[in-house]
Amino acid sequence: MAQFTLNINGTSREVDVDPTTPLLWVLRDHLNLVGTKYGCGIAQCGACTVHVGDVATRSCMLPVSSVGNQNVTTIEGLSETGDHPVQQAWLEADVPQCGYCQAGQIMTATALLKQNPNPSDAEIEMAMNGNICRCGTYVRIKEAIKNAASQS
Amino acid sequence: MKHLEVSESRRQFLKASSLAGGGLLLSFNWLASCRFSAEEMGEMPKEWSELNGFLKIADNGQVTIMSPNPEGGQNVKTSMPMIVADELDVDWKSVRVEQAPLNLDAFSFQWLGGSQAIRRGWPGLRQAGASARLMLRTAAAQAWEVDPVEVTTRSGVLEHQPSGRSAGYGAFAAAAALLPVPEEVPLKEPGDFHIIGSSRKNVDGPEIVTGKPLFGSDISEEGMLIAMIVHPTAFGLKIKSVDDSQARNMPGIRDIFTIQILDEAYQKEYFDTLTFNEVVAIVGDSTWQVMQAKKALRITCEPIATREETRLRFGQPYPFVTPSGLESSAGHERQMEEMAVRPGAIRRKDGDPEAAFRRAARIVERSYTGPFLAHNCMEPMTFFADVSPTHARLKGPLQKPELTEKALSARLGMPLEQIDFEMTRLGGGYGRRSYAHWAIEAALISQHMGAPVKLTYSREDDMTAGIYRPAYHVRFRAGLDAENNLIAFHVKAGGIPESPLAANRFPAGAVPHYLAEEWTLDTNLTVGSFRAPRSNFMAASEQSFLDEVAEAAGKDPIEFRLELLEQALTNPVGETNDYDAARYAGVLELVREKSGWANPPDGLYRGVSAYFCHNSYAAQVLDLVMEDGKPRVQNVTCALDCGIVINPDAARNLTEGGIVDGIGNALFAELPFVDGVAQKDNFDRYRMIRMAEAPKAIDVHFVENGMDPTGLGEPMFPPVFAALANALYQATGRRHYRQPFLG
Repeated sequence: MAQFTLNINGTSREVDVDPTTPLLWVLRDHLNLVGTKYGCGIAQCGACTVHVGDVATRSCMLPVSSVGNQNVTTIEGLSETGDHPVQQAWLEADVPQCGYCQAGQIMTATALLKQNPNPSDAEIEMAMNGNICRCGTYVRIKEAIKNAASQS
Repeated sequence: MKHLEVSESRRQFLKASSLAGGGLLLSFNWLASCRFSAEEMGEMPKEWSELNGFLKIADNGQVTIMSPNPEGGQNVKTSMPMIVADELDVDWKSVRVEQAPLNLDAFSFQWLGGSQAIRRGWPGLRQAGASARLMLRTAAAQAWEVDPVEVTTRSGVLEHQPSGRSAGYGAFAAAAALLPVPEEVPLKEPGDFHIIGSSRKNVDGPEIVTGKPLFGSDISEEGMLIAMIVHPTAFGLKIKSVDDSQARNMPGIRDIFTIQILDEAYQKEYFDTLTFNEVVAIVGDSTWQVMQAKKALRITCEPIATREETRLRFGQPYPFVTPSGLESSAGHERQMEEMAVRPGAIRRKDGDPEAAFRRAARIVERSYTGPFLAHNCMEPMTFFADVSPTHARLKGPLQKPELTEKALSARLGMPLEQIDFEMTRLGGGYGRRSYAHWAIEAALISQHMGAPVKLTYSREDDMTAGIYRPAYHVRFRAGLDAENNLIAFHVKAGGIPESPLAANRFPAGAVPHYLAEEWTLDTNLTVGSFRAPRSNFMAASEQSFLDEVAEAAGKDPIEFRLELLEQALTNPVGETNDYDAARYAGVLELVREKSGWANPPDGLYRGVSAYFCHNSYAAQVLDLVMEDGKPRVQNVTCALDCGIVINPDAARNLTEGGIVDGIGNALFAELPFVDGVAQKDNFDRYRMIRMAEAPKAIDVHFVENGMDPTGLGEPMFPPVFAALANALYQATGRRHYRQPFLG
């Protein structure tokens, strides 16, 4: 076990965990930030996506010991009241079905738009290809990203 | 809540009582007056007369309905209150839906499955809304001393225009509760609906997009421990011994022990299917610690013996065999091919099929196979349990809680009254969460530990210890006469361990000489419902085959199907055909029009398919292009007949998703086995459809016929497999007889 000080959603958080613990389980088990989901544990499905700095990162394979003092943003910290343009676009397109993967989808999408405010369809597909949705909401996810892009 | 029964209608559809805090509580039959087909009755319990829905109107005007059914993404939590709100005449936003806990005294059929929630809920929800509205009007009329006919309503407000009086519903909710429930209540004409048929957003949307804890895996309680399981290394094996010497001493590990999920003697019902009856539980302080210990645990296994038992399917006994041995997909395929050339059990015969085949000018004969599939819900199986000697509290996502509760009660030796189930949103279900052996596992682990426990399956556990879509095989023969009329049709279908045959579906009824046979093979792999069970294979195969027969007959594939449906409509063969040929033709005609079938766009390869299942009709035209030798689906046009559409945009969303899911499963999905071991255990090897492979556009059209609504969770899923196969044939000249097409 070891002490880590993490910057999560603008707040400094202390945890005492095994250094190999992936950030995902630190968030879910130790900080009760459960919006970030477990889907595969091998960075193949994107349900665990958070931002480290501004980069969309699969938290299920990121050891807490390598996070350091970088800013981590989770779905809970994306906006105070759920009014981030991407969240609003998601509601406007009524994207979710079961909803389990959607936090990861939104975190990947927001990182994409930060880097590339006007992505092409091909760029959206490339950025979102790491996020699986078994309900099959991809058509609406793409629509929501394009709507969010056009509004910012 | 005080249960003051004041009146009871003759048919027991409604009961009124007073809320303790003042207000009206209306209990109603959520699933009232449905008629079921014989096939459905085989899957459904018989006790339908119980009241199982609640509508509350508080004295502040707040309207709440308790939804007995779990929400797994099918949008019932939004669409069902819309029905109540419309008949009650309130702003639908003032209706709140609460997820009801499992309560066998109050509710029956708290199920998710079979695309039935809206179809079965429709009469009861409307009647409840309309009855409450009438009772409120009567209560206001009595207080105002006017004729009830003169009291009108407008969005939750009672008005008496001659005297200019008005009041909110809440003001008369308590008085309404003391009135007798009306025996007959007029329902709206479909043309008068103002909420039904207009799109409303998912009520849980804001919580989903902000990451609120809605799911079973999000549960956290004081003192809660984390548990995972280790299962035998292959189907056909059981645990012989466990070496936990290393794992036991790892940080954060509280205990490691073996649990037996059901007693050997327990009378299993259909949904009591479980993967392995004995598994090792590892319990610790955190998920990561338990995952590490799981890797360090060593188990040795030994072969199971063949087991023959009798299981029950809603009271009906059926034989169930679990053979010993280590099974492999290669062996399964050989066995299925052998069965396909032997005589099967005849399920339907019209005319003289063999004579017709003898005189046919041409015979087309093809075989199709589909592999075992994993459900791959994005939320792996999980459940919370807190079991004390006198009380069991369970919470999590599952589709058929009352059946799970029954098995749990027997296993714990604890009466149902001491067991409470609370349902959370499902992170996907698709049938997998109908078999909730993991809820019992969680309870047994909690009981052993004397502490609350959250059981979590790893993705690998979820995929390698699944309740899979069965493997199937079907052989079709079609006989055409010299004028290219379809005069004979033979279907022989089977599977491991169930047959996918629906003998009375199209083209039965449209062909004068028809034969349907089936067969099954036993397996020790565990199988169960998977989105549109059986239909998901039969539609894929039959609609691909009919495309080939149409081609052999030199006919347009839509025209060919419409000719057959015309035959079934005007001069049907047999009396047990279980589809409506006019509605079936209707979706084909609609999709032909909306896809511009007569003038296909340049450079696109098109396929068509149509199917009837789960009481609804779906037809699709799929367009694809080839890019670097790979298919890329451009558009899917879908026509659906599910009667009145409650929430059109949500219905479109569900349809789009089902089409994407179908394309993904058709192109990529399979779970092969070697010596009882699933050969894929995570998404690096089990390929799921991703955004770049989804259609660029999906265009959904509903038939507007004002008929009572039917289900929408499944009917769009099966036919798209064949629309895709038929488009691929146009692009490549190659027919696809094996799922997955790109496997």
